[in-house]
Amino acid sequence: MAKLSVRAVSKKFYGSSGEVQALLDVWLDVEDGEFLVLVGPSGCGKSTLLNVVAGLDLPDTGEVLEDGRPVSRPGRDRSVVFQEGALFPWLTAQKNVEFPLKQMGLRARERAERARYYLHLVHLSRFRDSYLHELSGGMRQRVAIARALAVDPEVLLMDEPFAALDAQTREDLYEQLAELWQRTGKTIMFVTHNVREAVCLGDRVVLFSARPGRVRAAFDVSLARPRFIDDVDVARLARQISLAMKEDRRRIREEEYDVDWHAAAGALLHGVDRVLGDPL
Amino acid sequence: MLRRALFFMALIAFWEILCRLGIWEPTLFPSPWRVAQTLWRTLADRSLLLATGVSLRRILVGYLLAQTLGVVLGVLLARLRWLEETVGSLVLGLQTLPSVCWLPLALLWFGLNDRAILFVVVMGALLAVTVSVHDGVKNVPPVYLRAARTMGTGPVALYTEVLLPASLPAILTGAKLGWSFAWRSLMAGELLFVSLGLGHMLMMGRELADMSQVVAVMLVIILLGLLADRAIFGVLAARVRERWGLAHP
Repeated sequence: MAKLSVRAVSKKFYGSSGEVQALLDVWLDVEDGEFLVLVGPSGCGKSTLLNVVAGLDLPDTGEVLEDGRPVSRPGRDRSVVFQEGALFPWLTAQKNVEFPLKQMGLRARERAERARYYLHLVHLSRFRDSYLHELSGGMRQRVAIARALAVDPEVLLMDEPFAALDAQTREDLYEQLAELWQRTGKTIMFVTHNVREAVCLGDRVVLFSARPGRVRAAFDVSLARPRFIDDVDVARLARQISLAMKEDRRRIREEEYDVDWHAAAGALLHGVDRVLGDPL
Repeated sequence: MLRRALFFMALIAFWEILCRLGIWEPTLFPSPWRVAQTLWRTLADRSLLLATGVSLRRILVGYLLAQTLGVVLGVLLARLRWLEETVGSLVLGLQTLPSVCWLPLALLWFGLNDRAILFVVVMGALLAVTVSVHDGVKNVPPVYLRAARTMGTGPVALYTEVLLPASLPAILTGAKLGWSFAWRSLMAGELLFVSLGLGHMLMMGRELADMSQVVAVMLVIILLGLLADRAIFGVLAARVRERWGLAHP
């Protein structure tokens, strides 16, 4: 049986520009211990799906099963790492990691011990007593990962956790995350818009299409680990996925520009044979 | 520090010179020396200490009451939509009302006594605190709440461990604002009758045409305000700034 099972999930949002079908009839299974990456253009509903799995958003129709049991609200069995980390600035790194343990009702001593262990796991032992503003972006995301792992969840849900980091930091974190995943054997569902990142990390990459958000294709990544972002094989598979995604992006752009789209192509003022719109 | 000391010395010198020029009568414009003498006399016969004690006790009770109620009301307003839509607009309206305006009402309700003053102090500080706390809680990033939910935070802990600490900077601003509003309201209330507080002492000075006492009491009030700001709010604000990483070293 699949660890996570998304069955016929649909969800609409109502905004100032009308309603958006964020998810339409999405089916997806995640195996136990699998590293699954959801990739797609921005606004394609992949984050919405993650929130539904987390129990933070409820689907309009369909359901999410975890080990066969329906998910209806957030729980510590499904830890979430948010893009901005969502750590608490009034707490030190140590206290941030202790926070969910405190909610579990663990005693102070056990809390401290466990938090220390997980901070050690993400190589932040030295920065235990630092406040967030004293840490770099990459360190903060590592604290967030430690906090998510500290409750020993069944599933780790990661919503573009590295999107705001610089390239070097990201690369370091790919390595560390892959290592953590192999060490802990957690099931990971990872959302990103970065195709290379997806291929570098995942066992399976699921491509999402937008408006309506639905699963468009799935790619198995059977490349050997450790993988690196600039591996030729990573690049080759990423290229394949990118091409499929590009098609999708073009369609979205047309939809967003609406009537302007067709006008845009003919209305260029500047061209090799033109000066400010006049033929030479 | 040196610059500040020099400034105040210059100010006092200027004051002395103005007095020596004799433009105004000494009874209406007391010299620094006379004010110092009055300060010393009222300290020695303990009338100043007594008045300060009475006023401080009143403001502490009123302020703590206003602060507690204000935090609770502010949080509730920010969290309950129906309350915000109803009571929220009332609070904004009442906030524009100077606290002195509550005096006639308080006197009719409670009579010429401590409770009337307390009422004015609470009404003066309460709304300022409420509005600040309300703003603070409203501005807590929603992602904190979402994160808290995924970590299995209970309904009580959500308030005590997430919402309140997250809005601490705004709560502190409210506390500081509330303190100064409370002082103003207290003085307004105490001016009115034989209340034995600092405000009463000011009024006594006027009635006895003893300007030096008026100025002395004013100095004490300024000093108390500065002291509260430095010793309490300044320290708290600095600690919060440090934690949030807003301090400028």
